[in-house]
Amino acid sequence: MDNSVLLGIYVFLLAIFLGIELIGRVPATLHTPLMSGTNAIHGIVLLGGMVVLGEADTWWLQLIGFLAVVLGAANVFGAFVVTDRMLEMFKGRKSTPGADKS
Amino acid sequence: MIDDGRQAIIDIAYLIAAVFFIFGLKFLSSPKQARRGNQLAAVGMGIAILATFLSRGWESSNYILIIVGILLGGGAAAWAARVVKMTAMPQMTAIYNGMGGATAALVSLGEFSHKTNIGTGEKVAIVIGCIIGSISFTGSMVAFAKLQELLPGKPIRIANQQMYNLGAAAALVILTILTVSLDHNTTSKGLLWVIFAISLALGLSLVLPIGGADMPVVIAILNSLTGLAAAVAGLALDNQAMVIAGALVGASGSYLTYLMAKAMNRSVLNVIFGSWGAEAAGGSPVGTGEQLPIRETTADDVAVQLAYANKVIIVPGYGLAVAQAQHAVRELADELQERGVDVKYAIHPVAGRMPGHMNVLLAEANVPYEDLYEMEQINDDFPSTDVALVIGANDVTNPAARDDKSSPIYGMPILNVDEAQNIVVLKRSMKSGYAGIENMLFHDPKTSMLFGDAKTSLSNLVTAVKEA
Repeated sequence: MDNSVLLGIYVFLLAIFLGIELIGRVPATLHTPLMSGTNAIHGIVLLGGMVVLGEADTWWLQLIGFLAVVLGAANVFGAFVVTDRMLEMFKGRKSTPGADKS
Repeated sequence: MIDDGRQAIIDIAYLIAAVFFIFGLKFLSSPKQARRGNQLAAVGMGIAILATFLSRGWESSNYILIIVGILLGGGAAAWAARVVKMTAMPQMTAIYNGMGGATAALVSLGEFSHKTNIGTGEKVAIVIGCIIGSISFTGSMVAFAKLQELLPGKPIRIANQQMYNLGAAAALVILTILTVSLDHNTTSKGLLWVIFAISLALGLSLVLPIGGADMPVVIAILNSLTGLAAAVAGLALDNQAMVIAGALVGASGSYLTYLMAKAMNRSVLNVIFGSWGAEAAGGSPVGTGEQLPIRETTADDVAVQLAYANKVIIVPGYGLAVAQAQHAVRELADELQERGVDVKYAIHPVAGRMPGHMNVLLAEANVPYEDLYEMEQINDDFPSTDVALVIGANDVTNPAARDDKSSPIYGMPILNVDEAQNIVVLKRSMKSGYAGIENMLFHDPKTSMLFGDAKTSLSNLVTAVKEA
């Protein structure tokens, strides 16, 4: 009955190992931007808010869902912009000229 | 799972998004590609959000509400993130993290009261998502308030707090078991709201007693918790994108927490259930009102000292960040370097308020990477240094952390500034640092104090060095 949850747990465990491996050798300089960047990525919970609001059939659920979407979107957009601003500071020196602005 | 074409498209889009997150994270941990990494992750997020709009059977009015909600929350947050000062970055991270936690809790509450047919595994996931999300929410708000100085940085505690926390944790375990084992009806739905309320209170109670100096580690922990909450909410919703992204953050966030705590020589458990604040209330000389001698100096004197030195190490701290003095300090360094002085920057792992925070600020002022040295690289250089210029740094230079076993910060690695030939401290006042303890460095006979706003003092120094 809970097959999908079990499958989800497999994915969850694999992603846990991957998450540790990926940032294994991050220099201290990047700790703050990395924390901010991962902060943005967990904004993925916005998807949950969208589902709750999308499926809402009472005003009460609409309210909960709407709040979740607003806060989730704030998490995503706010954190990505903050991270970008932090990392913007790192460009420009000993640079590959012109290559880093898209 | 893949029962029709539309669902297949959503699932494939989620898979692509997950790949973007993985590469984003990979790039984020290398200095050269970090910015691209963040952009990749943002693209992944965009794909995931757009794909979710394809879901079936939603009311069109709800679609509109979703779009309005995203524009409202996303717009306000993006605007705030654009205009906020670089010094306020740590609190911004805290507040956005809290919002993510709140979202996870709300998703759990909404999903639980909406679903009619619900399996045990999903119930467990929902309850856990609600607990973790709520703790992360209120905990992050306290961290935000402490960093923003809306709340005092010093530990705030009530009598028997640990007992209440244990009680709350026990209550949560019992309520979780009840909620999961009961039939899915009004009672169990009500219980989840009780769990929600207790978790919110627990989040407050866990973070309030933690001193301001430990906030970076706390935010790292809460960041990782929100990741887990998102992953668990993903399990409940059978949404693989949420599971993968949440678990990635949960894991990398935990590892990052460990790295940060190591930099501060604090164990993570010690931070959470810490004795930092408790000990400070005890024997150490906190605000004993005792008047210790200090030597005050003028910008002109310091300028001469600096201009004729061979080797200068600049130790920037949060005071420099607050005064927005990163440009002024670079000007001073440029001026000195032109005169042939060897200028280096010593960056403590937690200078500013988060690891890497000071690097970001100095990078903003175009201070070259090569001049920045981490603690282990530079600590042996202090004895051969003519002048150590401490700008708005306090606790990270406190020799008590090395020598005084009774000090609450004993054991924290510090910059051995006190070993330099001369020490000049730029400071606003004699107020104690974030940890709220006296710094004996300021009373060292080799130390002279230059009081005033860091930016003003530094521009005075630049002018004076030019004339020296």
